[in-house]
Amino acid sequence: MSSDNKDLKWVGKSPVRPDGNDKVTGRAKFGADLMLPGMLVGKVLRSPHAHAIIKSIDTSKAEALPGVKAVITSADVTDLSSEWVPAGEVQINFRDLARNVMANEKVLYNGHAVAAVAATNNAIANAALELISIDYEVLPHVIDVEDAMAEDAPILHEDMFTQGVTPKPDKPSNVFKHVDIAVGDVEAGFAQADLIVEKSFKTAPVHQGYIEPHAAVASFGEDGKAELWCSTQGQFVVRLYCAKLLGMDVSNLRVTPSEIGGGFGGKTTVYLEPVALLLSRKAGRPVRAVMTREEVFRASGPTSGAVTWVKIGVKNDGTIVAGEAILKYQAGAFAGSPIQPGCMCAFAPYDIENVKVKGYDVVVNRPKVAAYRAPGAPISEHAVESVLDDIAKQISIDPLELREKNAATEGTNAAYGPKFGPIGFVETLAAAKAHPHYSAPLGPNQGRGVACGFWFNIGGDSCAAVNVAEDGSIVVSTGSPDIGGSRASMAIMAAETLGIDVADVHPNVADTSSLGYTFLTGGSRVTFATGMAVIEAAKQVVETLRERAAKIWDISVDAVIWEDGYAKPAGTNAGDFEPLSLGEIASTAGKTGGPISGNAALNAQGAGPAFGTHICDVEVDPETGRVTVLRYTAVQDCGKAIHKGYVEGQIQGGAVQGIGWALNEEYIYDDKGRLDNAGFLDYRIPVASDLPMIDTVVVEVANPNHPYGVRGVGEVPIVPPMATVANAIESATGIRMTELPMSPPKVLAAIDGAK
Amino acid sequence: MARIILTSGLSNQFTSGQTELEIDAVDVRGLILLLDESFPGIGDELKREMAVAIDGQIYQEPFLEKISTNSEVYFLPRIGGGKNILT
Repeated sequence: MSSDNKDLKWVGKSPVRPDGNDKVTGRAKFGADLMLPGMLVGKVLRSPHAHAIIKSIDTSKAEALPGVKAVITSADVTDLSSEWVPAGEVQINFRDLARNVMANEKVLYNGHAVAAVAATNNAIANAALELISIDYEVLPHVIDVEDAMAEDAPILHEDMFTQGVTPKPDKPSNVFKHVDIAVGDVEAGFAQADLIVEKSFKTAPVHQGYIEPHAAVASFGEDGKAELWCSTQGQFVVRLYCAKLLGMDVSNLRVTPSEIGGGFGGKTTVYLEPVALLLSRKAGRPVRAVMTREEVFRASGPTSGAVTWVKIGVKNDGTIVAGEAILKYQAGAFAGSPIQPGCMCAFAPYDIENVKVKGYDVVVNRPKVAAYRAPGAPISEHAVESVLDDIAKQISIDPLELREKNAATEGTNAAYGPKFGPIGFVETLAAAKAHPHYSAPLGPNQGRGVACGFWFNIGGDSCAAVNVAEDGSIVVSTGSPDIGGSRASMAIMAAETLGIDVADVHPNVADTSSLGYTFLTGGSRVTFATGMAVIEAAKQVVETLRERAAKIWDISVDAVIWEDGYAKPAGTNAGDFEPLSLGEIASTAGKTGGPISGNAALNAQGAGPAFGTHICDVEVDPETGRVTVLRYTAVQDCGKAIHKGYVEGQIQGGAVQGIGWALNEEYIYDDKGRLDNAGFLDYRIPVASDLPMIDTVVVEVANPNHPYGVRGVGEVPIVPPMATVANAIESATGIRMTELPMSPPKVLAAIDGAK
Repeated sequence: MARIILTSGLSNQFTSGQTELEIDAVDVRGLILLLDESFPGIGDELKREMAVAIDGQIYQEPFLEKISTNSEVYFLPRIGGGKNILT
């Protein structure tokens, strides 16, 4: 099914971005940009230890310091009972959330918040932090996932008993949960195989690396109502979490999302927001809290590091007969890694009769993980795509052909259960195969790798309002923070539906008191789900415009059509009337029934899964181990690209983040469990000068459940890069790298070891 | 009767390893009630943790979705989304 529709005027184009001017001129207001009269500075005191009991906290000296207006500790945070709720594509437990915002009884990682102050300026706030005295009893710590699973590992939570095992364990463990996925009979499958390849891998936890640190400005009124301005992917989720932590009625808190300087999943939870609110409530003045970059690294969620093992059996013709995996994911200090989607995605791109995946969710003395683009999927799919590459070599089959032979298509039962509807995986493989990149010559020490990726995509709750101004211009309000171009997409879909110029549509992100509940920006859901709400609201406006034109012409509404932004008589029998523009109808709206607007609230179902296929050329310096990415092409099925430029940007951004994960990014801890590289100088993310332009190919196999065929875009592109780069390095050197990042020291050691 | 498929985790916990069942139900709400009658405790788990795929279409917050006689219904872990319920 193709989403080609030649009649579309705006969908698929790349009009000027509505947020562009503000961003390039510096006028955009980010989380730290709001100033309020009497505003205080909020600062957080963080644990120097990886694991310790808090024996006592003495804040008296800090409270006595002139200029200090409030000091808080865990005693000020409601200690909630255990309750799991969705946070992006991962789950979060309210009890853990409270204890992550402010440590209670124990600190569980270096950087864990233990107290906070509000003072009249930075210097006083910093001095106050130094005056807080904490008596710690330092405990043994554990950083790596397999160490944490060992029998004699230091236990983080004495009340954690592994779920998913029978009988229930009688002693606590750092393994929170076992996850099992099984389809068919994996042993029987392996018995049919002509070749079985198995390998173990290790991936590093990596930070989302958003440029804008977490920031929040809170203002608590004496009437118990509060306002919060913050950088977030979901103002409604922030409202709920903060209301819960502060014991407030949800509607007493108004949360306004600022412009956001990146999130990638990392801003789907709260850190500073409840702290700023608590300080403001206690001080009776507005409080602004902003994380330093160091705090971002020490205290906000990366994604999991993991140890993985994959075994795949194939026939000599390349048919995969069985796949098995064991996945061990770090959750950070509290349970809830993306192990579940990791298990479900591992073999999802392929049509395999026999699959078995076992997953472990394991707590360690690191910051609690947060969602990061396609949470869990890049880790498991990295292992599978690496093993497939080795299989292709061993049975002398082109790696794309191997994947084509086994690719999931419409009607295939996904490895996690249900049947796929229309999907475009084979189309991405065909486009990659046909791309000039795939047949371009390579030089000495150069290699080419390919790999594929899958992500589910989600829908969910969204609201939208489409309001017609007096001059006929349009304001589209949604509750979805714009982290990837959604304002542009909303404007395009509204303009397309209304038949007007996209420049006349002004998209807007509304606060929590101005629009109904909208789930956060994540799961590649916004253009799909919130887009459906915008389209529905715009259709309501069209209906109203037809009714108003009918009134003006004094004919039946059935005799009025809406075409290219004009009301027109449906035919000669309807009467001879000059078409009425949207502006003309709007200017007389008061006479025909009042303001014109459309409002939609829905729970969007039918998100379309998406697949990508990437090609990468690298050159490996045999003397230093440095890997240079020479050329990179990312092919992805997007269903339908609404704003082409933004879609390409999403694909490029995801690929670059994946390349950073592959080559450079890692957390380095000392022997006391303290993070040694909490800054961008030592935690190396790729910058523009490190990489070539990422070439993109947008494949469009329409999602039949969306009016314009949209699938999600933002998450798939981070899935293939790690294996794509690893496979390219293998092609250049003949060495299979099994540990990320594939940094120069590791690659050099592998080259030297192979001599 | 609709074909109901449970994850291996659910089946180990509630159905003595049985992953496939045949049940007559008109919607997801009814199906969960019937399952809970046969396998006490599974209902809460399904409501709290699981999404449903009916004939390939995934519903993250299933409740009133219709099930037909020949439907294939997979219970699978929720990926994301959903309104958070205050307790």
